[in-house]
Amino acid sequence: MSTRINVLKTYKIYINGQFPRTESGRTYEIKNPKGEVAANVCLSSRKDFRDAEVAARTAFGGWSTRAAFNRGQILYRIAEMLEGRKLQFVEELMLHGSKKLQAENEVELAIDRLIYYSGWCDKYQQIFSSVNPVASSHFNFSALEPMGVVSIIAPQQNALIGLVSLMAPVIAGGNTCVILASETKPLSAVTFAEVLNSSDLPGGVVNILTGKVSELLPHFSNHMDVNAVCFAEDNANDIKLIQENAALNVKRTAFYKNKNWMSEEAQSPYFINDFQEVKTTWHPIENIGGSKSGY
Amino acid sequence: MFDIIPDFTATPKIDQVGVEERASRFTKRSLKGETKLNGLMLALNMIDLTTLEGKDTEGKVKQLCYKAMHLLDAYPGLPTVAAICVYPSMVGIAKKALGDSGIKVASVATAFPSGQSTLKVKKEDTRFAIAQGADEIDMVISRGKFHQGEYNFVYDEIAAIKELCGEVRLKVILETGELGSLDNVRRASDIAMYAGADFIKTSTGKIQPAATMPVTLVMLEAIRDFYYKTGKKIAMKPAGGISKAKLALHYLVMLNEVLGEDWMNNEWFRFGASSLANDILMQLMKQKTGLYQSGDYFSND
Repeated sequence: MSTRINVLKTYKIYINGQFPRTESGRTYEIKNPKGEVAANVCLSSRKDFRDAEVAARTAFGGWSTRAAFNRGQILYRIAEMLEGRKLQFVEELMLHGSKKLQAENEVELAIDRLIYYSGWCDKYQQIFSSVNPVASSHFNFSALEPMGVVSIIAPQQNALIGLVSLMAPVIAGGNTCVILASETKPLSAVTFAEVLNSSDLPGGVVNILTGKVSELLPHFSNHMDVNAVCFAEDNANDIKLIQENAALNVKRTAFYKNKNWMSEEAQSPYFINDFQEVKTTWHPIENIGGSKSGY
Repeated sequence: MFDIIPDFTATPKIDQVGVEERASRFTKRSLKGETKLNGLMLALNMIDLTTLEGKDTEGKVKQLCYKAMHLLDAYPGLPTVAAICVYPSMVGIAKKALGDSGIKVASVATAFPSGQSTLKVKKEDTRFAIAQGADEIDMVISRGKFHQGEYNFVYDEIAAIKELCGEVRLKVILETGELGSLDNVRRASDIAMYAGADFIKTSTGKIQPAATMPVTLVMLEAIRDFYYKTGKKIAMKPAGGISKAKLALHYLVMLNEVLGEDWMNNEWFRFGASSLANDILMQLMKQKTGLYQSGDYFSND
């Protein structure tokens, strides 16, 4: 029998392309289905969120002005990296209680979903933009622009596919985000951060924290420098809190109640559209429809 | 002016490792609650709100003056900044815009930022700024001559400008980013103070690195030694690169522990900065509302 002691991974948080521990120094335990301690993860604090938000805001300028095609390439790259580490994700999901087949299914679906949104990066603009008929001498058109920094509270169940399904459309549309991973199943989120970190995604575009929803939800929703909040649980009190806090500076909100993230209906360009502002431009023109040649 | 002018080739040598270590220890103090609030207010009151760009327009300067007088109307009881810092051509406009608000107008002069001109031109530059109504003059030293070892030249230049200034307070910019070593920073500080500077100032803001804590510490210690020797108080102005409220508080801690309470006001200490004011305002609003703030809701200039 081998006497080697296994080297266990420290599950840390992901801020600005780096893996710090929470500034609070707190942790909580994650147990496997047998009730044994599987890992310690960071119990993130208000200040971790503040730091992550600053990172996301700083990264926004560069990410939102990148060519849409390039954003697509980077999302594709994330999928490639995830494919290469499939086994690790399957193991971690099984630690959280998934059956092997379920876990494999979920990881493969997560990869496919990234590919799906990778393709949409340079296409959603054409679908949702419009040229508008107006009654004056104006060329009038509406185009989409990303909102900015988005707070995402990932679904508690289907920890990996839920997180990917919310994150991908947000960043595909040029936003940056701070994500709170599933409270009870955070391991795959931290490993997913490692995938992001090795896939050309600029630091700060996606930041991932682990911790308690009840503690962090107020901060995720009341920070004045956050532009939108995305929440995927059906909890009336939490939704009310988010709505009240969002009203402070008129943040956008997106609530996805009871979505089955494993289903086809959990992916669509409308998820991208949920985090876009519409800018309409009135451009003066000289001629209107009825004008004739001058000679 | 002073009985004995020391030999500037023999100024004290600086222990760089020690200075850096000491400077980093000032950043470990924790300021909370009321102390933090008072510190932020004080820092705000010490700012020389600055715009020194080729693209400065009359409108930009007027807007900055308005900002200086109305930092954040939504927060009653705020102090104003100490001064506006502009190029000589903008002094008249700033002076008029600020009216009787009590905010001073500081003007850079002497072929700012390089200082590469003749004494005649530099004097003319200074005369013009004073005639326009500047309350303070920010001059640059001749770094080239300094590196050639012509300390007397540097000294004479500062003394000549001081003579022109009279009652107008003179800030001498050492441009520490071009001096190369802390030994040189100490030497330049001594030259400036003996030649008649009212303030010594780290940087023009045009060269990186600008103000750093170790450099400022060396200059504060030079001021302290000068005070013990001559009994004359000299003011300090770090400028450039101080854009966060937290960093400003670290500077105040350093000021308090090196020079003491007598220097803890805007007559004896200034921050040369443009974006610091907004960060302090955001921190103050955070203290008041409990919510982290966004730059979106604060005026840009």
